[in-house]
Amino acid sequence: MVALTRTTVAGRERVRGRRRRGEDLTKLLFVLPAAVAMVALFGYPVVKNLLMSLQDYTLKTFFTGAAPWVGLQNYSTVVHDKLFADAMLNTALFTVGSIAFQFVIGLGLALFFRNRFPLGGLLRSLLLLPWLLPLIVSSATWRSILEQDSGILNRTLMGLHIVDDPVPWLNSPSVALIAVIGVNIWIGIPFNVTLLYSGLSEIPDELYEAGQLDGATGWRAFVHITWPNLRSVAGVVLMLGVVYTIKVLDIILGLTGGGPANATQTLATQSYEKSFVDFKFGQGAALSNILIAISFVFAIFYLRSTRRAVDE
Amino acid sequence: MRRTAYTVIGIVILAVMLFPVYWMVNASLQPSGNTLTAGFLPLHPTFTGYKRALDEQGGNLVTSMIIAAGTVVLSLAIATPCAYALSQFRSRWVSIGLLAILISQMIPGIVIANALYTAYERIGLLNSIPGLIVANCSSGIPFAILILRSFMMSLPPSLVEAARVDGAGLFRAFVAIVLPISKNSLITAGLFSFLFSWSDFLFALTLTTKGGVRPVTLGIYQYLGTQVQNWNAVMATAVLSAIPAIVLLVVAQKYIAAGAIGGAVK
Repeated sequence: MVALTRTTVAGRERVRGRRRRGEDLTKLLFVLPAAVAMVALFGYPVVKNLLMSLQDYTLKTFFTGAAPWVGLQNYSTVVHDKLFADAMLNTALFTVGSIAFQFVIGLGLALFFRNRFPLGGLLRSLLLLPWLLPLIVSSATWRSILEQDSGILNRTLMGLHIVDDPVPWLNSPSVALIAVIGVNIWIGIPFNVTLLYSGLSEIPDELYEAGQLDGATGWRAFVHITWPNLRSVAGVVLMLGVVYTIKVLDIILGLTGGGPANATQTLATQSYEKSFVDFKFGQGAALSNILIAISFVFAIFYLRSTRRAVDE
Repeated sequence: MRRTAYTVIGIVILAVMLFPVYWMVNASLQPSGNTLTAGFLPLHPTFTGYKRALDEQGGNLVTSMIIAAGTVVLSLAIATPCAYALSQFRSRWVSIGLLAILISQMIPGIVIANALYTAYERIGLLNSIPGLIVANCSSGIPFAILILRSFMMSLPPSLVEAARVDGAGLFRAFVAIVLPISKNSLITAGLFSFLFSWSDFLFALTLTTKGGVRPVTLGIYQYLGTQVQNWNAVMATAVLSAIPAIVLLVVAQKYIAAGAIGGAVK
């Protein structure tokens, strides 16, 4: 600062002018690496997938370099595949089932933890553990719990005489999807609790105090005060839930691999199988583009509801 | 009295939610075998599962560690200046950049894997650690930008201006002033990048085709693939793979909720 007080005003102006031009360049350099990374890791894959979905892109392509254009043939092949309707239905059931329960249980727990009590904060942060574990670790753990003959769940249920025969949680086409949804609910609850809890914390206490004077307590306070004030956060949580859940792959691959008898195939697992098991990259890309399109519809709601949160 | 009752209920809820984690530890301490006959308590704990896990998966754990550390360095190096720019520079590009990050969250990992596989095949990055580091940055970079930006929004512009008056360039002011003061948020962003990369399974599965480079998540998947022969080794590997998450929760407890919330503004 001492040095600057000695320079003249005119000199300072000159330095500033020169500096500004150099500075625009410096500012660009702050953003450039991230911009390049985002284009390479998101822009390129999206464009590449669009192109691949219009090509006959298979294992052969890697040797011959030839990927003939086939128009919309890949889309028509995957849509007419006998598994497509099942995969769509499973994706919808998986997404809706997971989110409905994660949200309701998450909201219940968030409301519970709003009560101030000893160890409350510690217990609430420990609750995050299922969300932080690698998904494949959770899958392995649940595989052992749900194991048909010796898993602890069936042993307990039979010990308590709730069921007479072991339930084939992951081995029967009729219950596997329910089991997979159950595990995904377990993984998603902590995330819902954390976000909803922070939404609840932002509702001013005065509102409840004023409500109490008007006789709004308990359930009435929830309906008239809590829910209206939580709506925008709830919207964000639900849309995030959809966008994240619809593309879940790890958990299903780890638990059932899409089986038994394709009972847990979703668009994401089908896309994976087409590309990396059958090496029909064109068809895999077509399926994943359908997935993106669905998520995009939800994202329009999502962006609308998060705009406020981003501006904040 | 009522507050104590709440604590008791809270502990019960936590016990139910964390039972699978307990069960993972319990099963890892049982004698080897392909059945799960464990009782509720590991009354006769043995470490044969861990010995086997370390023998078979030790190298994979190291591979995962290297990949995760590489992801942290690369993600932070790229994300930090950008987060600063998005928080302090005034430009209409800021909202465009944020929109791009939002949209990126909708892109399924399988789309990235599809494209990277074909590109890596051509440039020889399949089955390589750098290839997996770059792929894992797709989760690290956007998240780190959002967390760092939400912190840097609270930095008063006067802080950097003071240094600028002293004649420091924008970049020098950034390194000398902004970085040290952002230490906590850098740690948070770094821990999450580490965890994302450590947990990655999809890129490990798709961008490796032979045994050379095998992160531990892939090791667990391969254990599960065939008929499980030794549950205790599987569960011991699972416990070892869960350690970073547990350390993160204990060491950086207060940053985690902040990170989850910061990331949700995605």
